Amino acid sequence: MPPRAISAAPVAVALLIAAFLVVFLIVPVGTVIYVAFTHQDGGFTLQHFGSFFQLSLMRESFWNSLYVAALSVVFASLIALPLAYFTVRFQFRGALLIQTLGVLPLIMPPFVGAVAMQLIFGRSGSVNLLLGEWFGVSLPIMDGLNGVIFVEALHYFPFILMNLVVALSNIDSAMEESAQNLGASGMRLFRRIVFPLAMPGYVAGASLVFVKVFDDLGTPLVLHQTNMLAPQAYLRITSIGIEDPVGYVISVLMIGFSLFALWASALALRGRDYATLQRGGSSLGKRELAPWQSALAYGWIVLVLLLVLSPHIGILLLSFAKVWSFSVVPDSFTLQHYVSVAQDSPRMIWNTVLYCGLAALLDVVLGTAIAYLILRSRLPLRQSLDFMASAALAIPGVVLAIGYLRTFRGVELPFTDELLTSSWILLMLAYTIRRLPYALRSCVAALQQLHVSLEEAAENLGAGKRRTIQRIVVPLMAGGILAGFITSFMTAAVELSATIMLTTSQTDAPMSYGIYLYMQSAAGRGPGAALGVLAVLIVALGTYLSHRFLRSRAAALDQQI
Amino acid sequence: MRSKFQSGTSSKQWYLWACAGFVLSAFLGAAHAQQTLSIVTSFPTDLTAVYKKAFEAKNPGVTVEILSRGTSAAIAYVREAPAGNKPDIFWASAPDAFEVLAAEKLLQKFEGANKDVPARIGSYPINDPQGYYYGQALAGYGIMWNTRYLKANKLPEPKEWADLVKPVYFNHVSISSPSRSGTTHLTIETILQGEGWSKGWNQVLALSGNMAAITERSFSVPEGVNNGQYGLGVVIDFFGLSAKASGFPVEFVYPSVTAIVPANIGLIANAKNAELGKKFISFALSEEGQLLLLHPRISRLPVLPSVYAKTPPGFPNPFSGKIKPKVNFDSAMSQSRYYLVNSLYDQTITFRHKELAAATKAIHAATAKLTGRKNAQAEKLLGEARELAFTPLVSEEKAKEKEFLALYSTTKRDALQAKQLTGLEEYWSRSARANYLKAAELANQAAALAR
Repeated sequence: MPPRAISAAPVAVALLIAAFLVVFLIVPVGTVIYVAFTHQDGGFTLQHFGSFFQLSLMRESFWNSLYVAALSVVFASLIALPLAYFTVRFQFRGALLIQTLGVLPLIMPPFVGAVAMQLIFGRSGSVNLLLGEWFGVSLPIMDGLNGVIFVEALHYFPFILMNLVVALSNIDSAMEESAQNLGASGMRLFRRIVFPLAMPGYVAGASLVFVKVFDDLGTPLVLHQTNMLAPQAYLRITSIGIEDPVGYVISVLMIGFSLFALWASALALRGRDYATLQRGGSSLGKRELAPWQSALAYGWIVLVLLLVLSPHIGILLLSFAKVWSFSVVPDSFTLQHYVSVAQDSPRMIWNTVLYCGLAALLDVVLGTAIAYLILRSRLPLRQSLDFMASAALAIPGVVLAIGYLRTFRGVELPFTDELLTSSWILLMLAYTIRRLPYALRSCVAALQQLHVSLEEAAENLGAGKRRTIQRIVVPLMAGGILAGFITSFMTAAVELSATIMLTTSQTDAPMSYGIYLYMQSAAGRGPGAALGVLAVLIVALGTYLSHRFLRSRAAALDQQI
Repeated sequence: MRSKFQSGTSSKQWYLWACAGFVLSAFLGAAHAQQTLSIVTSFPTDLTAVYKKAFEAKNPGVTVEILSRGTSAAIAYVREAPAGNKPDIFWASAPDAFEVLAAEKLLQKFEGANKDVPARIGSYPINDPQGYYYGQALAGYGIMWNTRYLKANKLPEPKEWADLVKPVYFNHVSISSPSRSGTTHLTIETILQGEGWSKGWNQVLALSGNMAAITERSFSVPEGVNNGQYGLGVVIDFFGLSAKASGFPVEFVYPSVTAIVPANIGLIANAKNAELGKKFISFALSEEGQLLLLHPRISRLPVLPSVYAKTPPGFPNPFSGKIKPKVNFDSAMSQSRYYLVNSLYDQTITFRHKELAAATKAIHAATAKLTGRKNAQAEKLLGEARELAFTPLVSEEKAKEKEFLALYSTTKRDALQAKQLTGLEEYWSRSARANYLKAAELANQAAALAR
């Protein structure tokens, strides 16, 4: 692209985006950090941190959160590693199964999964009832922090799986062959050659899991584990009040840990050079499995599949169950819960579609704009937009919500006397900010794959900048934009951390909050489960449609070019 | 916004979509602008959905907005919402929560009592004598249990709180934390008032040591009993009754140390829509509104005696004199130490539950070993262990000191006071932990001596 004078339009766009990010990300988070470090009369103080670490409860929460996040990564890795290895390494037909496995957990909010898991693996869950009947033993899988780790590992292992599969398939087979020529084989080959080469992918996935688990509020709440940082921040702020300094201290610590995990992953990737010389030619050789190996592989896959499906099965059973009490499966079935959900909460379903749709839309608009500015303009400081938008990845939902409640306290919406903090707009904006990094990465990737010569050609043919963007850039990026939209939409639809703090009324509540609310019932969790099933269906349908759309779109583009 | 869409980003389609989205949201905002009544409540959707539907059907053009919060979070919400933007109605079980609100001038008096509602239940006034809030339903506290669970684990049916302290129930009971659940707070307060501070805490500690779980919201207890995770639970009556009415294999009993107190409804001061709020309260107190309480998923005791003529068989009637509450609940006393009780419970029980349960287990084991044997030294050690594990860290005298209680009633932003408080909480937490560990050790020693 020839250097040119900076024109006014990109500058205006950049400023608008920057203003948006500053108001809805930098200032709220800054406020949280500021409050954590200030005395009531404005001076700098470390006293709040002092009182935080003085409280043994807080120290315990701190270690618990760390422990849960770390062990979740370990267990998620244990599940994901063999699966990834099977797909890439061996000739076998389970690949499609594994792909499905990679998506299934993600379409169900982890806290909904937790409810179902309790019914299946809990103290008097199906599995323990059967075990007790047959062997007289009971497994404490869902007791205490175990339960949180189990649920989180099962929910988030796809992040490791997907990253690892990509990384493994990018390894050049020459590496492996050289190692084999030098005498390495079996486990040694995997440990010394294959795994280190796949390390960047693994670390990327693992750090994502760590951050996600650290940030998750719904699962510990549903499982009554309050001695962790996210629940403590939520409890302090909601029951003691927005003035409670300890809540802010927790927030700062949570940001710190997220940043640390992301930094560690960046460091792990930077520290060593994993680039292989040749790429694309041949990836790892695929071997045939011996019958017993194949049995082992299928056994593992079926086991994981069963585990992964158990929350889905559990929630489905619960949504149809009339009474499910101290028995392996429900006593009798009914459609009543769906009827009552259809009567009482169609609004919540609509709200989810509205908020998440708007948030995802804003995300791809912002994402496309930022991607374009970074890659195609020469604005000074353009990278800082990317940096600001990506920084949202390190901000836990609870923290962002606390920041919003504090920053926009008492602010009224223009032309109404409604408070911004009690309107759904704030929730929608929180979704936008939190999901922006995902959308941004898709958009950047899409634009990177688009050679600039196409735009130059359009401009040579007389199209203006705007027309080029409209007719060439955006249509060719459509796949990436859509992928970004779907990711944002899906993850926003099942998020609870910010939702639970920013939702004020039931009328304005999205489904995720509705599910949480319905679960709080003495007369049975059936309606909550029914709503959960509907949420899973909506997200699954969205994913499926986008896959189909992406595929047909790609095919159409291929034909055109 | 316009320049952004034009110059930087996207095709016309996107722009149109965005426009459509914003027009739509503006439309929704407008739909909102019709008359809206907002209610802060700790009640489950099972209850609120029925009232919302009935009230909206009766008053076309009115939207009822339900803001669901746990009781203490609801208080914090009302306190922090700016004047002119507070919700209209506060509706919750715990009378002491209303005392807290009234004391902070967050409630508004008005004449709206239903004349057919009696003045008192037992010796407890149903409506606030000062007129800040009205009793809307009655509630007693008791024990619910899963009959299948009890049968499978061969546990006897309990009758009294003291039964739950027995070793057989160890790790089978659940309760929610009083700081998170207004109803549990009332239960704990009822025991404290019924048995006296020291003996009451003794029982509460021993009871809590037997718990399998201390949950975050009160709903988790009936839910856990319903699905058989826990055998028994300490709950407000309608949890047990509604679960039973919905078909779960559960039973509910009122122990003799129970208080029947009203669940209340009140108009919030500076409410946005006060007239509508008054209308809703009158509706909730009318015969029509009271009848809604008998819906199986709600199953609450009405305050209007005439409604009991229509109750299903087996439904308790507090006006019949069959439930004999021994405790005359003193809500002023409860209110004066509201935060103290919660904080003490959390620091010494909720957050130290692992250690307390371990100590309780060791004490049960030692007691079992010592039965039928005479060993003075072991008895003494066991006595000490009990003393250490089940004695509250705050004495009765201290709990009455005004200055001490004042520490809790001020805002927490004051750094010095916050430090004093966190220091105190830390002291409780640490002492409780040390005591429980020591108690377990002593009990183990006693058990070893008995060999």
